[in-house]
Amino acid sequence: MSQIHVSTTINGDQAEFLCDADETLLDALRDRLGLTGSKEGCGTGDCGACSVTVDGRLVCSCLMLGAEAEGRKIGTIEGLANGDELHPLQTKFLEHAALQCGICTPGFLVAAKSLLEHNPKPTETEVRYWLAGNLCRCTGYDKIVRAVMDAAKQMRKA
Amino acid sequence: MSLQTETDTKRIFKQVGTRPVRPDGIDKVTGRARFGADMEMPGMLHGLVLRSPHPHAKVKKIDISRAAKLAGVKAIVTRDDFKMPKDKDLVDICANIMARDKVFYDGHAVAAVAATTKAIAREALKRIKVEYEILPHVTDVDEAMKPGAPILHKGMRTGGKDTVSRKDTNVAKRYVFGHGDVEKGFKQADVVIERSFKTAATHQGYIEPHACLASIGPDGQGDLWVCTQGHYMVRNVCAGLLGLDVSQLRVTASEIGGGFGGKTTVFIEPLALALSRKANRPVKMVMSRDEVFRATGPTSSTSMDVKIGATKDGRITAAHAELRFQGGAFPGSPVSMGAMTAFACYDLKNVQSIGYDVVTNRPKQAAYRAPGAPMAAFAVESVIEELASKLGMDGLDLRILNAAGEGTKSSYGPTFGLIGLKTTLEKAKSHPHLKARLGKNQGRGVACGFWFNFAGNTCVSLNLQLDGTIALSVGTPDIGGSRASMSLMAAEELGVPYDKVRTIVADTASLGYNDVTDGSRTTFAAGLATIEAARDAIGKMCGRVAKVWGIPADAVKWENGYAKPAGPNAGDFKPMSMAEIAAIAHKTGGPIAGHYEINADGAGVSFATHIVDSEVDPETGRVTILRYTVLQDAGKAIHPDYVEGQYQGGAVQGIGWAINEEYIYGEDGRLQNAGFLDYRIPVASDLPMIDTVILEIPNPGHPYGVRGVGETSIVPPLAAIANSVSNAAGVRLTELPMSPPKVLKAIGANGRA
Amino acid sequence: MRFESPQTTKDAVALLAGAKGKGRVLAGGTDLLVQMKSGMAAPDVIVDIKRIPAMKSIKAEKGGMRVGAAVASAEMAEHAALAKGWPGVVEAADLIGSTQIQGRATLAGNLCNGSPAADSVPAMAAIGAKARVVGPKKRRDVLVEKIVTGPGKISLAKDELIESILLPKRPPRSGDAYLRFIPRTEMDIAVAGAAVSLTLDTKGVCTNALVIIGAVGPRIIDVKDGAKALIGTKVDKAALKAMEAACSAAATPIDDKRGTKEFRKHVVGVLARRAGQIALKRAKGSK
Repeated sequence: MSQIHVSTTINGDQAEFLCDADETLLDALRDRLGLTGSKEGCGTGDCGACSVTVDGRLVCSCLMLGAEAEGRKIGTIEGLANGDELHPLQTKFLEHAALQCGICTPGFLVAAKSLLEHNPKPTETEVRYWLAGNLCRCTGYDKIVRAVMDAAKQMRKA
Repeated sequence: MSLQTETDTKRIFKQVGTRPVRPDGIDKVTGRARFGADMEMPGMLHGLVLRSPHPHAKVKKIDISRAAKLAGVKAIVTRDDFKMPKDKDLVDICANIMARDKVFYDGHAVAAVAATTKAIAREALKRIKVEYEILPHVTDVDEAMKPGAPILHKGMRTGGKDTVSRKDTNVAKRYVFGHGDVEKGFKQADVVIERSFKTAATHQGYIEPHACLASIGPDGQGDLWVCTQGHYMVRNVCAGLLGLDVSQLRVTASEIGGGFGGKTTVFIEPLALALSRKANRPVKMVMSRDEVFRATGPTSSTSMDVKIGATKDGRITAAHAELRFQGGAFPGSPVSMGAMTAFACYDLKNVQSIGYDVVTNRPKQAAYRAPGAPMAAFAVESVIEELASKLGMDGLDLRILNAAGEGTKSSYGPTFGLIGLKTTLEKAKSHPHLKARLGKNQGRGVACGFWFNFAGNTCVSLNLQLDGTIALSVGTPDIGGSRASMSLMAAEELGVPYDKVRTIVADTASLGYNDVTDGSRTTFAAGLATIEAARDAIGKMCGRVAKVWGIPADAVKWENGYAKPAGPNAGDFKPMSMAEIAAIAHKTGGPIAGHYEINADGAGVSFATHIVDSEVDPETGRVTILRYTVLQDAGKAIHPDYVEGQYQGGAVQGIGWAINEEYIYGEDGRLQNAGFLDYRIPVASDLPMIDTVILEIPNPGHPYGVRGVGETSIVPPLAAIANSVSNAAGVRLTELPMSPPKVLKAIGANGRA
Repeated sequence: MRFESPQTTKDAVALLAGAKGKGRVLAGGTDLLVQMKSGMAAPDVIVDIKRIPAMKSIKAEKGGMRVGAAVASAEMAEHAALAKGWPGVVEAADLIGSTQIQGRATLAGNLCNGSPAADSVPAMAAIGAKARVVGPKKRRDVLVEKIVTGPGKISLAKDELIESILLPKRPPRSGDAYLRFIPRTEMDIAVAGAAVSLTLDTKGVCTNALVIIGAVGPRIIDVKDGAKALIGTKVDKAALKAMEAACSAAATPIDDKRGTKEFRKHVVGVLARRAGQIALKRAKGSK
């Protein structure tokens, strides 16, 4: 099986990699590009730890082939901050202690950013349902939801 | 060894009790933090495990020849590569990480392969031929105890007091705890409630699968990068299994994506090391989610009988429990801890709990947050609730009347010192949650719970850097934010700002032995050691300053981060900051450090009371949690955000356990739901906010009064939710999980459908 | 294994027809990739249809809406006219998995996976949706309920694929709804599902109805007795109760890790009744 050459854009930067036909985007990000921020929690789209955006759409990168990234714009956790300036979501997660072990955090941040792009003023219920595909075992979600709503509030003020 | 400490309960803390951002925080919100699977080494191979599809079988032959010929395969290991260790404690672990003459569960490792790519490793596994002789299997704990049940280990006899068994059995041990005369006590009772309960096996459910990167060089020196709750334990166990000296292996703990007890043992680490040694190249192994469910350490499924009697004015006269826990293929279920904690909340004259540790054809269990206690509490607190109802008493009042307090001889032996149970119950009684109105099909439940909390072997080293900041090295992996708490305690003791202390988790070569991060022990024991190490450093710094000032050491005192003359007689010297002291270190004797090593005890037990409101859909049996309040004694909350986080996390694991999570085995003995799709942990939309009340009844055994908090929070939920759902449904539920089909059936049987 | 990204339906069909071994269509991949990882599927060529314009579009057609086979359910939910006109189908597609899954999952993929528990299928069948099946020589429009023949089995030939799904024009005073039962609030596969579509006359009497139940048999079940119980009535309590009973009677579920026979039989009736109530409300509120 010969490898496929993929040209894509990751967090605004041009990127290229080689991958097998059946290699997932998650594998390509982690093993080919060294972007280990996206995590594999299950490999079957049930936990959201691998969340990325593809042309602005929130998806599980473990259920997408690396080859599909050709010509598309991929957004990962590594692209959330602006240089050394954290995104309000990142700041609020820290302030609210919305992470304990932190393994689910990249997925939640990417998913929450997508939520706020769609809906800048979500209710608590809307936040919970949008993030239902992101599993957390440590926090019970309470502080995560508070952090997201607080970040939304701050972003609306800006 | 008992530590002579004085808990200064009147002390006003400057740092402890505040809520600063944790030191590892930014790395975790940017994706920079490195977890178990995030490490690479040049020349790295990928390792995979071949696992048994049978729940019980003899392994007659393993033929690896075809796999070995596959281009890209660099090493294969089987049982032939692991010599049975002499250390008795390692024998079962050895047989669990790689099957020997039998496989004992669906998923049991039979061989492992290291190859240049994952694809080649997968192909190599397909080429390994294993000849099995299938044996009958048993997965249910009560079935495994029956005469005639398939026997797992020939020659197993039941250990423990008063047991006589001459036949092969699956009952590894019988435990008995308690005091007084329960038969007499029951005769004194006006009301006696006796019930049986069952709980299904559950998994800790950490989102990060086990992962490691092992590298043993031609000189026999090994390096291991691994996500674990105890890298010293990993070092010792792997060295034992591979026949290495402990000092030949250096283990570095990566950031860990959840443990809850499930990462306090080893599974793939010895395999990765053995493969690396054989291939002479680094080997990376990462478990799939399917493997995590099938072949790591879920907790026990249980079968329990509880009997409690009381007089008509609510005084409990006798309590008895028989607990039967299966711990998977090898002995070691947490039934002893279940038996010890079952009645710990109550002041009882006559109490007995009996526990049976049973083996079955399931993966070998590992600790899961307060192991054994949640199940026992489910049974006991359900009966307490029924008892209260029968007596016409409020459930909290019944508990308060019989609550353990200072001076109570506990049901498991020791006498309690100052404890916080009554406070949690009384605060629960006055909490606004109890006043909230309930609607149709809604019910409220309460329950209390207990956990011992551990202390253990701990080493800490605190080094004064050249610029006056502090480098604090601890040996307990940070699973919940403990580095922030260590920094707070060091900063508090030294009297410096929090950001002047940088805490790291050091590797095994850099510190003496540390017990695993478990038993809610880290903030207590590593915190205690940190405080003592800081005091040690303070003593040394004062000694150096005394040298410079030419006065005796005891004429120098430490105050708010400065060395000062102890009094006007000592002399008129300008106070020296830590930066200034660091600057004179080299000419007064060299670098300055404080350290502390201890096998601590004095950990304080902790209690909690939970209040839950739930709603049951009587047409479908679906349970919705409406409102949840946790009241728990933390002794002293070093970092309140992370204490709240432990309360909330434990409660939500309890919610999943109570209403949806379970290991489902088919008739064929195979696990049917080895993934997050059908092993249903709570998702964000299932839950309300979890309200928390931190109570502080200081632990006399810790300088700041700290009690462990991580585990107690999972002890009450199963019962609190069962009580709530039973009230909402109008019928008592006695089997967990209370999944919709079960609830609907119970309602239907009660005539309410 | 080969990965191909054709730009036209014709090329996609040619790739499937010419595949030396097994060819599989890749739309959202939320079923295919899971099957590939578990070893259940091992295609020799993967045909990604997401670069084909005809499959990515949502177009009004004769009062109905033609949805391309590669349109994700999240895109459907964002399409105002689609969401307004066929709320039952859109909300059914929106129930599949999580936000991330909905960013990829498609109606055609959900249909062709052939799962008895597929969420969008009862809803599509209840409104008479039609799949446009394209092969090398011909194209045919097939009622969605004729596509799945059994668990994991579809009536398409090896060289055929679905290009789009037509949601037909809704008659005036019509409403549709889909409900499913899952133990959590999200993420689970349906334990039972029910879709109801009904049309009222100007007096509020039901003139037409379709009641489709899912996850309670090897395929979706068209509960004709359920529809009969509604037609000619004002869809009152008694009519709904009769429909509920008909659904429970028609269900032929199995016992498995997600639910027992009795549970599914009982619950599917409850869901049908509740879906009927929503469909009625929607029919009354529409022009």
